[in-house]
Amino acid sequence: MLEMNTDEKVAPNQDQFESAPEKATTGPLPEATVSVRNLNFYYGKTHALHDISLDIPPREVMAFIGPSGCGKSTFLRTLNRMNDTILGTRLDGTVLIDGHDIYSPGTDVVSLRRKVGMVFQKSNPFPKSIFENVAYGIRINRMASGNADLQERVERALRNAALWDEVKDRLKASAFGLSGGQQQRLCIARALAVEPEVVLMDEPASALDPSATQKIEELIVELKKDYTIVIVTHNMQQAARVSDRTSFFLLGKLIESNPTTKMFTSPVEKITEDYITGRFG
Amino acid sequence: MATIDQHGTAPSPVRSPAVLSGRRKATNLLMTGLTAACTLFTIAILLIILGYIAFRGLSAISFQFLIDTPKPVGEGGGIGNAILGSFLMTGLASLLGLPIGIAAGVYLAEYGKSRFGQIVRFVADTMTGVPSIIVGIFVFTLFVLPMGRQSGLAGSIALAIIMLPIVARTTEEMILLVPKAMREGALALGAPDWRVTWDIVLPAAKTGIATGAMLAIARVSGETAPLLFTALNSRFYNVYMDQPMASLTVQIFNYATGPFEVEWQMAWAATLILMLLILIINVIVRFLTRKNY
Repeated sequence: MLEMNTDEKVAPNQDQFESAPEKATTGPLPEATVSVRNLNFYYGKTHALHDISLDIPPREVMAFIGPSGCGKSTFLRTLNRMNDTILGTRLDGTVLIDGHDIYSPGTDVVSLRRKVGMVFQKSNPFPKSIFENVAYGIRINRMASGNADLQERVERALRNAALWDEVKDRLKASAFGLSGGQQQRLCIARALAVEPEVVLMDEPASALDPSATQKIEELIVELKKDYTIVIVTHNMQQAARVSDRTSFFLLGKLIESNPTTKMFTSPVEKITEDYITGRFG
Repeated sequence: MATIDQHGTAPSPVRSPAVLSGRRKATNLLMTGLTAACTLFTIAILLIILGYIAFRGLSAISFQFLIDTPKPVGEGGGIGNAILGSFLMTGLASLLGLPIGIAAGVYLAEYGKSRFGQIVRFVADTMTGVPSIIVGIFVFTLFVLPMGRQSGLAGSIALAIIMLPIVARTTEEMILLVPKAMREGALALGAPDWRVTWDIVLPAAKTGIATGAMLAIARVSGETAPLLFTALNSRFYNVYMDQPMASLTVQIFNYATGPFEVEWQMAWAATLILMLLILIINVIVRFLTRKNY
């Protein structure tokens, strides 16, 4: 069963946290950046997500864990409506981002995606130069006031993604010439360049070696100063290392969502403990 | 070698590693040899054709041959106006056929899952198989008859019609090869659909699309049948598209079916020129669309 638990940090809003999902109508956490209520999602006739309610506070790292096929990536992709691109999907329930229902008819999906950036499991640089990869989002959103501003924004994004020093001398070179870890950081830089509020990361380090993974993890911890980060991971140590909160998904249901320290020391649900201790999954 | 009887009581159904390894090596050698032989055979045919055309045609090629217009037998003559006509008609056909074909291919790739898309795809596939002479007759009926005469424009339209389905289907296939992840990466930055297609998908697919366009150009450069009814032929240099126009292929046809050996030789020479021109187009397009990233 779905159970929203409290923690000290959100004590003033305790009642609202505890109300979910039965009394979800009382409304979202006022300060939550992302607030999901009674979300159901279907691929054709397959019911992929069951009645999920969850709040994600600003400038924290939220990790989604769970076995393969449990719906965590699907859920992540509902937050920037990336599932819209898949034919035959259906969704009900509400997803509020900054209090705005992103599935309401008036929503501009394009500007939503600017606000909720995404980094994918496999790095997916464009067939352009390193510079142009980062500049692309800035250009299409007309964010730069001029060429100098564009250069500056690209540099800032690359610095934020801890990649600048490695690529500053070859900005005009193809992005495909970078190593896997560098490509993934380039994709992070690209996502940061459009100044999103929320960054969704779908197993961003799953294809990387340990040292590249470490760099990405350090980066995530660094980034939460400015961004709300939601990360899907198969790696429980990674969730423990980088996240403030962890949500455990199983078979399309949200089993439990708690501060990470609590999750990994005294989970509420027996099944969470079984998963975390490696008894299945 | 071990054998298994009906009751499965063979001493050991497992063959010794040495026997297995020997068989595997032999099979491997045999299959590698077969595929290599097939490859050689294919290339050999092409080389024989090229070599024979060069052998027969080379002697007749001179600068005068390349710039002259056809003349009565015995007075020399050349294919200058036919080269010009082929260029003009193939060029105009490309201007008409490539943009429409590429746009249709983009549509099929991005929105082609609908019923309408399936119908378009089916029609395109059928069109690819339609004999080119039928396209010639079609344009003759709908265009040449009302206009009252054959023209370079009519020839171009016939060629463009032949190009359309080839370009549309190759473009579609090339666009579908662009990884979905790349599209999603652009969408996730807040790029609207049309910009994703224009900025990311088309550039990523450009080499493949250019190859398809090149194949289509090469294909229509070699077409004779659709031009016989539509562009007819001309003995003169002509740049006016509303008048009958010479083309290399029709000129080759005329020379080859003539009664004199000197005409046959000019047909070989013109064939060699046609093949060289197609080769040059290929090289130029490859150069222009070489991968930057």
